[in-house]
Amino acid sequence: MDIAAGESVAVVGPSGAGKSTLLALLAGLDAPTSGKIWLAGTDLSALDEDGRARLRAQRVGFVFQAFHLVPALTALENVMLPLELAGRADARSGALAALERVGLAKRKGHYPRQLSGGEQQRIALARAFVTAPAVLFADEPTGNLDTSTGERVGALLFELNAHSQTTLVLVTHERDLASRCQRTLQMEAGRLL
Amino acid sequence: MRALSLAVRMLAREWRSGELGVLLLALTIAVASLTGVGFLVSRIGAAVDLQATEVLAADVRLGSPQPISQASLDEAARRGVLAARSTRLLSVVFHDDQSQLTNIHAVSAGYPLRGHVLIGSEPFAKGAAAAGIPPRGEVWPDSRLLAATGARIGSSLAIGAATFRVGQVLISLPDQGGTFAELAPSLLMNLEDLPTTQLVQPGSRVSYSVLFAGDRARVDEFKSWLLLNKKPAERLRDIRDASPQIKSATERAGRFLNLASLVSVLLCAIAVAMSAHRYVHRRLDVVALMKTLGATSAFTLSVSLLQLIAIAFVAAVAGSGVGFLAQEWLLRALKGLINTQLPPANLLPLGLGFIAAIALLVGFALPSLLQLARVPTIRVLRRDVGPPPTLVLLAFGPAVAVIALLIYWVVRDVKLFLEFTLGLAAFIALVAGAGWLLVHLAGRLRGSVGVAWRYGVANLSRRRAASVLQIVAFGTGIMVLLMLGIVRNHVQDSWRHSLPEDLPNYFFVNIPPDERAPFIEFLQARGAQTSRVLPMIRGRLTAINDRPVEGAQSAGDGENFAAREQNLTWTADLGADNSIVAGRWWTREDFGKPLVSLATEFQESLHVRVGDRLTFDIGGESVAATVASIRKVKWDSFQPNFFIEFAPGVIDNTAGTYMTSAYFRPAGANALAQLARRFPSVSIFDIDDLLARVRSVVDKAVFAVQSVFVFTVFAGLTVLLAAVQSSRDERRFESAMLRTLGASRKVVLQGVLAEFTVLGLLSGLLASVGASIAGYFVATQVLGLPYGFDSSVWALGLIGGAVLVVFSGWLATRSVVNQPPLATLRANG
Repeated sequence: MDIAAGESVAVVGPSGAGKSTLLALLAGLDAPTSGKIWLAGTDLSALDEDGRARLRAQRVGFVFQAFHLVPALTALENVMLPLELAGRADARSGALAALERVGLAKRKGHYPRQLSGGEQQRIALARAFVTAPAVLFADEPTGNLDTSTGERVGALLFELNAHSQTTLVLVTHERDLASRCQRTLQMEAGRLL
Repeated sequence: MRALSLAVRMLAREWRSGELGVLLLALTIAVASLTGVGFLVSRIGAAVDLQATEVLAADVRLGSPQPISQASLDEAARRGVLAARSTRLLSVVFHDDQSQLTNIHAVSAGYPLRGHVLIGSEPFAKGAAAAGIPPRGEVWPDSRLLAATGARIGSSLAIGAATFRVGQVLISLPDQGGTFAELAPSLLMNLEDLPTTQLVQPGSRVSYSVLFAGDRARVDEFKSWLLLNKKPAERLRDIRDASPQIKSATERAGRFLNLASLVSVLLCAIAVAMSAHRYVHRRLDVVALMKTLGATSAFTLSVSLLQLIAIAFVAAVAGSGVGFLAQEWLLRALKGLINTQLPPANLLPLGLGFIAAIALLVGFALPSLLQLARVPTIRVLRRDVGPPPTLVLLAFGPAVAVIALLIYWVVRDVKLFLEFTLGLAAFIALVAGAGWLLVHLAGRLRGSVGVAWRYGVANLSRRRAASVLQIVAFGTGIMVLLMLGIVRNHVQDSWRHSLPEDLPNYFFVNIPPDERAPFIEFLQARGAQTSRVLPMIRGRLTAINDRPVEGAQSAGDGENFAAREQNLTWTADLGADNSIVAGRWWTREDFGKPLVSLATEFQESLHVRVGDRLTFDIGGESVAATVASIRKVKWDSFQPNFFIEFAPGVIDNTAGTYMTSAYFRPAGANALAQLARRFPSVSIFDIDDLLARVRSVVDKAVFAVQSVFVFTVFAGLTVLLAAVQSSRDERRFESAMLRTLGASRKVVLQGVLAEFTVLGLLSGLLASVGASIAGYFVATQVLGLPYGFDSSVWALGLIGGAVLVVFSGWLATRSVVNQPPLATLRANG
């Protein structure tokens, strides 16, 4: 399987088909028992866990179904986190600009528990795009949101993606969301169809 | 730097969310307990040194039968060491037609360099510290001298060729000497007045002293100079030579208090481990996320370590602060136990507090934190994936090592370390076993009570390990407090009540042989019931079986017995309060034979047996005698008793005085003054007064130990909080479920309260049983007192335990119960 730079790919299939496992392998969150994966030109199997982490810091963004914001940090600090981990000096200004793009600059001082689900996922989008990653992995980004909020967040995701020319790998149940991708991969019982 | 800024930021946020509160609290209490005791022990230790200097009224004292040259004083001044002179002689003091042989202390300005001269405005008053020495022309006679001569403040006293006005009543001098040796009353005067009395003539018996004091390092240097430059007849005395036995007693007490504080530390450590475990569990997701976003293991580990150090620092500062305040408060409460100005605390315990905080975190929190770095990144997608389990050795090894090191650091003795550690392990096993049994039994009772109780008790059994831990933690604290209470009550009440009412309440010492009969007549005429009258002769043990005692094998107090001057007596009759445990008491045929009888205390400490030959130096004469018998003495009869008693006809001709005791209720305050006036050389000791002082000392010592164990109760509290916290998510979910099923908030709350009530009652039960058993053992075996069943211990244990645990448990869980069920169920769905 190859995914070209700048391409957007949706991975669909029933629950338990192995969509999230595939995502985890592609992103280097887990190591395959057999086979090889190249991410942004690097052989993941040649790297140890810390090596894969460094690669992610430079090239990869994530959006999760459960948002995964750090409860102890404010919206701004959450967005700053990947920039800080990558050692960037402009973490604060970069994060502020990213918050501006998702329309939540005014809520920068709020903690995740003070934000609605839709707002939390928008913060998560800002965090994912703030490093201008080469690849963005999104795992059911609208799965925890009601329909209309989900639609708005989905729209924002594609807008940001188009703007930054990021390669997108999207795992989703939502047909609408999948149909916006250039390619759809169907999975069932651990296999690509 | 990045790790530091992130660590600090996250710590600050997490602190606000209350996650780390229990961890910090437990650590703070551990540090407070350790440093509080540390400050206390170091200050009391320093006070004991200081008190020893007060016996000398100086740090170093140079004494001589000849006048001491000005050279040493000049040298002292040159080196910034304070100096004062004290000259003593015996002379007769006159007031009108009354006269009295008196110990005259003539002192120069600055005296005393250590301690205080106490003066009062009337005889036998309590007295207050004097601001200086008597001005010229004025003298301060003591109460006995005033009683003997009939003088008052303002009277004139003639001393030698000069006459002085009585300015104050001398109550005590620091360097008076506490033994019975001071025969004559005392008088303090200005050294500049001494020449006018013309008392010091060639051949007069005068003892000259120069006192030195100051900064320890300077005094030490000056002492070296003195040793090189003093005349052979001049004798140097230093605090380091003074009262070694007080010092060793203080050291032992300090070690005991330190060990007592370790019990709290151990409990706090358990709370630290529990809350660290919970903290790590809560942070698994965040760390997995950080790794997903590109953080390396080393980075996440350094964030965790920095947070740990920050927590240790805050706990060390807060704990030391609490420890210092607790110690300050305790010393205020203990005023009077330590009869001296307390030196300020040194700062060493602060450092130890920080080291202890770090050590506890390393031992009890680090193993959990290391797990954090090992959390798989995939957890961001699959929450059921956790870090691989740690090796048992890695999880518990550091904890055991830290506790072992702490214990060893306190005892610094391998044998004692092993004894304490094994004892502690056995105690924990015993108490934990009992706790487990109680939880098990309580679980069986739950069928017969209402729904709320059933729910509460069911919770206890379900979280059995946590329940046992909490019962042990609380039970231990309450148990020790109760046990100390029992011991104190026994010492105070049982002992006092076990003694007959008409027991002698006065000792009379230094009765001159020719005044013996008139003195007893005087007492009996005033309704006193007198005891036996025994001669009292000073002597020193020089050899056992002809081997000098310096080389003799002796342990503990033995060396002191040997080194000290002893009071010896001779008597034909064995007192009714003495019983022979070895050998036999002498009969008329033995009179005149060189035989001696020893009290068990003396015999045990010197390891001598019947038939051994002891040699004494009595007034420069060597007297040898064979040990004929060993006596067990009932000292609390308050009859005259001696460690060493000779058979009649051996030392009868040696110069000595007599002593006796009597039950005497003087009619009016004047009776004692009359007695002192009629028999000026007799020293009077009020036993009631001495007993009251002993009681107050025991009281305060018990209070001090109890205060240390109050930390243990607080430590138990942190274990409860940590346990509640670790079951918080579970409780929140249960509460929501119950409320969804139709239980009112009240029923849920009742269930929680029931759980804590049972927990508290079980802790109290454990504490009461333990305290009663331990109290029984201490009373009957250690103190030798009858043990009386004390229902208040049980009431206090059960009610105290229940109230304490219910209140803290309620505080810790109320937010869980109050949470709306829907939010909880959604969050867990």
